[in-house]
Amino acid sequence: MRTPAFLVICLIVAAAVFATAVGVGNDYVFFAGYVVLQYVVLSTAWNILGGYCGYVNFGTAAFFALGAYSTVAIYKLIAVSELPHVVPIPVLMLIGGVVSGIVGFGMGYLTLRLRGAFFSIATLALAVVLETLVVNWDYVGGSRGAYVIRPEELPLIGNYIRYLFLMMLLLAVAAITIARLIEHSRLGYGFATIRDDELAAEASGVPTLRLKLIATTISGTLMGMAGAPFPYYIGFLQPDSTFALDYAVNSIAMPLIGGTTSWAGPLIGTLLLGTLQQIITVTISSAVNLLLVGCLLVLFVIVAPNGIVGLVHTYLQRKPEDFVGRRRVGADAAGSLS
Amino acid sequence: MIFSFNLFINAIVSGILIGGFYAAVTSGVSLAFGILDIVNIAHPAFIILGSYVAYIVNASFGFDPILTSIVVIPAFYALGAAIYQIYYVSFEKRGQESLRGLAFFFGLLFITEVSLVLYFGVDYRYVDAPYIGPTWHFGNIDMPLRILVPCLVSLVLIAALELVLTRTFIGRAIMAVAQDQQALRLMAVDPVRIKRIAFGISIATASLAGAFLIIIQPVEPSVGREYIGRVFAICVLGGMGSLPGTVIAAMLLGVVESFTATFYGPSWAPAVSFGFLLLTLAVRPAGLLGR
Amino acid sequence: MTDANTELLQVDNLGKRFGGFVALENISLAVTAGERLGLIGPNGSGKSTLVNCICGTLRNEEGSVHFDGRKLDGLRAHQRTHLGLARSFQLPRPFVSLSLIDNIRIPRLYTVAARGHSHAASDVEERCAALLREVGLETKARQRPRDLTQVEMRKLELARAMASEPKLLMADEAMAGLTPSEVEDILALLVRLNEQGVTIILIEHIMRAVMSFSRRLVVLVSGRKIADGAPNEVMRDPEVERAYLGQ
Repeated sequence: MRTPAFLVICLIVAAAVFATAVGVGNDYVFFAGYVVLQYVVLSTAWNILGGYCGYVNFGTAAFFALGAYSTVAIYKLIAVSELPHVVPIPVLMLIGGVVSGIVGFGMGYLTLRLRGAFFSIATLALAVVLETLVVNWDYVGGSRGAYVIRPEELPLIGNYIRYLFLMMLLLAVAAITIARLIEHSRLGYGFATIRDDELAAEASGVPTLRLKLIATTISGTLMGMAGAPFPYYIGFLQPDSTFALDYAVNSIAMPLIGGTTSWAGPLIGTLLLGTLQQIITVTISSAVNLLLVGCLLVLFVIVAPNGIVGLVHTYLQRKPEDFVGRRRVGADAAGSLS
Repeated sequence: MIFSFNLFINAIVSGILIGGFYAAVTSGVSLAFGILDIVNIAHPAFIILGSYVAYIVNASFGFDPILTSIVVIPAFYALGAAIYQIYYVSFEKRGQESLRGLAFFFGLLFITEVSLVLYFGVDYRYVDAPYIGPTWHFGNIDMPLRILVPCLVSLVLIAALELVLTRTFIGRAIMAVAQDQQALRLMAVDPVRIKRIAFGISIATASLAGAFLIIIQPVEPSVGREYIGRVFAICVLGGMGSLPGTVIAAMLLGVVESFTATFYGPSWAPAVSFGFLLLTLAVRPAGLLGR
Repeated sequence: MTDANTELLQVDNLGKRFGGFVALENISLAVTAGERLGLIGPNGSGKSTLVNCICGTLRNEEGSVHFDGRKLDGLRAHQRTHLGLARSFQLPRPFVSLSLIDNIRIPRLYTVAARGHSHAASDVEERCAALLREVGLETKARQRPRDLTQVEMRKLELARAMASEPKLLMADEAMAGLTPSEVEDILALLVRLNEQGVTIILIEHIMRAVMSFSRRLVVLVSGRKIADGAPNEVMRDPEVERAYLGQ
């Protein structure tokens, strides 16, 4: 399937989802749905670097928070100026994405020459350093937090939470489309070789550092874009909750449970795990919820390393890795399996 | 900030003392990551576990936390051996340790921390021991015993570990496993068994480190997270597996943290160790006494 | 473009250390375009280290390497591959999550394409299949490397190196552990390749293969080059006999 066709299908599905949500008539759907969609973006973004390239990023929260705090900074900037108070979300996403992307690139440049394990540890460090910087930066509220006032209604769409939901829905579509585009392109092949054997990849002519930087930048940018609307969603932004390790564990667990070799994995993992979490948090407690995520992560990683996508394909007698590196032109006529 | 010589000297001394403790905390990671390449980021969680074990026994029976932690070493060792076995069979054998192995330990970190929260709650816990209150004074220098005692015992622990690694057969087999597994096999030594023993030792050190921790400061489950950065910063800076290097790096970090806290305020403290780590990785990944 | 008598590869006083251990010392070597060079030496003499230094996988502390008139120092491994250097690994390192034909495709996508020779997609497909055919693996084109036998993995390894359309190919112990007829297969493959204009450096232990293939022989012992010349003369060299053959 060519990418434009895929995109159209996604948009149709998205429109159906939005229409259904409106039809339910209860705003809770939008609140809960926003979080799930946010994680679709975060886990898809994580998977581009983690699943495709094999480099584990523990600092999802850092990139997410960069997007969120960019929005807060702009909000405060505008509040004291004469400009209209509401900046459209897509613009905020763009700005948040750019900030995160730059930081992602910078961090990658410093640490991607090292082994994967060092990169992963460095991402952990980045999250903490960033959090400390934010906690000590009073302009964005420091440790006390920052209030962001949600605008009221918008024409056509309804209340603001619906608008946020719609924006995140579109971002999710964009993220999935980008992931799929990468998979089917030369870049996807290159990423796979980095994951499989970086030394052999270099010897075959793959510019591994450049590709890793591309992956880190794309991943970081998407995460920043997911974080940009967050202050409006939550109303009160605190470093504790924004930098929480929950983002890291979820954005890692969802792709690993869903399946890391294709765009479908993070989506499936997020929908399943995200829904499960909403239920558990509401019915039992958020601590039990985290325990569950941790247990599922460990369980899947040991028992089903290729995730749900892998299980489904083993069941259907196919190999899940077929999804990676499918040719975009030509040989489908040759009747090949992959 | 008001600069006074007194403050300066005390900042250095307390930095060195806490550095000794940090070295004990890191010793397990030096063994697992520095020597064996097992990226156990859950190590701090096991340390917190050790703290809680010491807490329970101390609260119920009044036993000394350090002695308690020594008594439970076999249990921690067994835990470590079991975890390594799972890790080996599921990941190392299949070559999956870089992505899934890492995620595995991350999951363990979470499970341990959240289980502790569910069982003990988020209140700070502390222990009682005769050396927790008093402070020794040498002229202008203050040495709180609750830091001095763990520091000294830590150094003994490190010295013991170094002896084991250099003088015993098992110790040298562990060093050998890091370098040439094939050669070990040819000597009819099973590398997997050696690594299991080593990882068991690594987690066993967490028992002691946990006792030290709860003596030095009150503990609640998420305290472990601050230590992730410290531990890996020290391990890398110390040259990845060199125990003497670990001690030096630990004391260096302790002093820098101490200065930062004294002259700039404690809210910057977490950034110090993690910033150290980033700096080390960016500039000299081989560490101070690098291999 | 190099004509037949220009030195394609020039290694000057190359030295490589691992901590205190001297792996290579003062290695100087010149390879003419189109040549068939054999590189032999006992285990641990530094043959693979030399290959790694030439290809850029390892960085040499001393000396320099020139290829096709260009200085290679500072260039990363993939850049050297783009220039026309290729190597196969002693222990095969296939891309395990890709099919065989995709393994072959990688050098085409990233090396051949980087040189500006872009082909239509269907053409790429055909060339990859042709390469697999040359090594007798085209029936397994859609399979994963884990389904291959040892011999097949080595052939894949060579095919992948060939896929980057190199000027110089270094085959690092591609025949270890193979049966005599399998050795013949690989040898024939390398001869065919050489006839197409590819310069080949064969690193091997199997003396029969090395002697029949090489026009020139270089001997490495304990990180030093102790002989360099026609195979028959080199084998009669007393130092070579002593160090390598006549224990």
